[in-house]
Amino acid sequence: MSDVSKVVSMRDAVARFVHDGDTVVIEGFTHLICFAAGHEIIRQGRRDLTLCRLTPDLIYDQMIAAGCARKLVFSWAGNPGVGSLHAFRRAVEGRGAPRLEIEEYSHFGMVARFAAGAARLPFWPLRNYMGTDLPRVNPRIRHVTCPYTGEALATVPALNPDVSIIHAQRADAQGNTQIWGLLGVQKEAAFASAHVIVVVEELVDEAVIRADPNRTVIPALIVDAVVVEPWGAHPSYAQGYYDRDNGFYVAWEARSRDRDALERYLDDFVRGVSDRAAYLEKQPDLAARLKAKERRCAGVNYGF
Amino acid sequence: MMASVAARELVDGEVVFVGIGLPNLACNLARATHAPRLVLVYESGAVGATPARLPVSIGDPALVTGSLMVCGMADVFQLILQNGRIAVGFLGGAQVDRYGNINTTVIGSYERPAVRLPGSGGAAEIAIHARRTLVVAKLSPRTFPAHVDFITSPGHGGAGASRRQLRMPGAGPVKVITDKAVLEVDEGTGELVLAALYPGVEASDVRGCVGWPLACRPRPGRVAPPDATELRLLRDVLDPERLYLKG
Repeated sequence: MSDVSKVVSMRDAVARFVHDGDTVVIEGFTHLICFAAGHEIIRQGRRDLTLCRLTPDLIYDQMIAAGCARKLVFSWAGNPGVGSLHAFRRAVEGRGAPRLEIEEYSHFGMVARFAAGAARLPFWPLRNYMGTDLPRVNPRIRHVTCPYTGEALATVPALNPDVSIIHAQRADAQGNTQIWGLLGVQKEAAFASAHVIVVVEELVDEAVIRADPNRTVIPALIVDAVVVEPWGAHPSYAQGYYDRDNGFYVAWEARSRDRDALERYLDDFVRGVSDRAAYLEKQPDLAARLKAKERRCAGVNYGF
Repeated sequence: MMASVAARELVDGEVVFVGIGLPNLACNLARATHAPRLVLVYESGAVGATPARLPVSIGDPALVTGSLMVCGMADVFQLILQNGRIAVGFLGGAQVDRYGNINTTVIGSYERPAVRLPGSGGAAEIAIHARRTLVVAKLSPRTFPAHVDFITSPGHGGAGASRRQLRMPGAGPVKVITDKAVLEVDEGTGELVLAALYPGVEASDVRGCVGWPLACRPRPGRVAPPDATELRLLRDVLDPERLYLKG
């Protein structure tokens, strides 16, 4: 492995690895959702993307509103604890917005798709979907007969994105990436992808990674680019760095319901800023409101 | 009231798959009262969570701090749920039908929905795998039609195949906790029947809120209202900001 640093700007990472028509994954289950990358994709005007995520969340709602998406692959499309993703709903309910193609699973189904993709298998078997209407509306959920027991098992096809964008607490310049707190399906999504962009709160020395190797979720050997973007997951959160901006999520209900208010938001906070630093300058109160409290663990003895 | 009724259904030491909203409140109430050793599993990957604040979402950072284990979601669904380790699953729904089938996907047709709902999340697999499922929903004719528009999470099949024939590991919905009464599944027919009434509610009030001729247990019980301790915990400790408690 070469020792050349993979650290690049968000602008360069998106320009190089996200193309019109690509299948793109920005993962993170509530935790570590990389809004900074989604915003840069909107700024660069990407079109016809197939966006995949378990929970499209506000980030894909914004990207759908901005016209980046042709298709959405997902398992739960809501604003957790609040309500709807209204740009998504307008596009699916056919209320004026351009129609969005959808391909829908359950969480287990999406997890299994990433697992198959990560292991480079064509499909993944799971004991699921009997008695539900999901296979009726999604013909890609199929069945296989177990060659050992004869049992009929549901199958889902591998998901192999063109690029996955993974937000994390820290990585070294090669892309050895450490995550703690909720892990979602980031590891599977990264290994399933042709390219991986890692976005981190902090760039650390390789020695920091080597001191605690069990915390490494994504190794440098699958990483193409490392972007350093503090607060890059806001209004999502980064355990140990900043809390979720629940107020922003609550406010999204009214904001996304009103198409003009949503456009104004995109103009002010996405298209109207040059990069993440400018986004943060517009919101100087974030650290005071959301900075994480100290809750350190003791560490372990890795000696032999 | 619904939260305290749901909490009482949980047995100390059980492993519960916790959903967003009222189930979250019910599980934390049970843990603070009669079931301190309840193991809360969230689909986000927290196992044995002891949230210090009521989580707004099932991915809240407070679920991680001080929990027994945090794992990836592939582990949650394969090693915990499909492995058969979940005793109780909690589900809500926009529609619940005569046989306990739940719809959280669409109102109207799938291709041209009148209302697009969030979809399954983990609900389909919870309904299939949890050893028993508790459903929480407010009673209204709109929420309790004879047939749901879309089966997201399977109940008891109705006229079709039984859960056993379909080889579902779990027993499915056993109780539906509403804001007026508790419904139970009749083991013979797979239908929801009236099992217990809240104080001041009559069977006719409940029948008017469901879209099928609701059968009734021979002697429906009366549900005790929340006691002073439960009320204090719910209002002052667990949900002081009224995230889930309304009215």
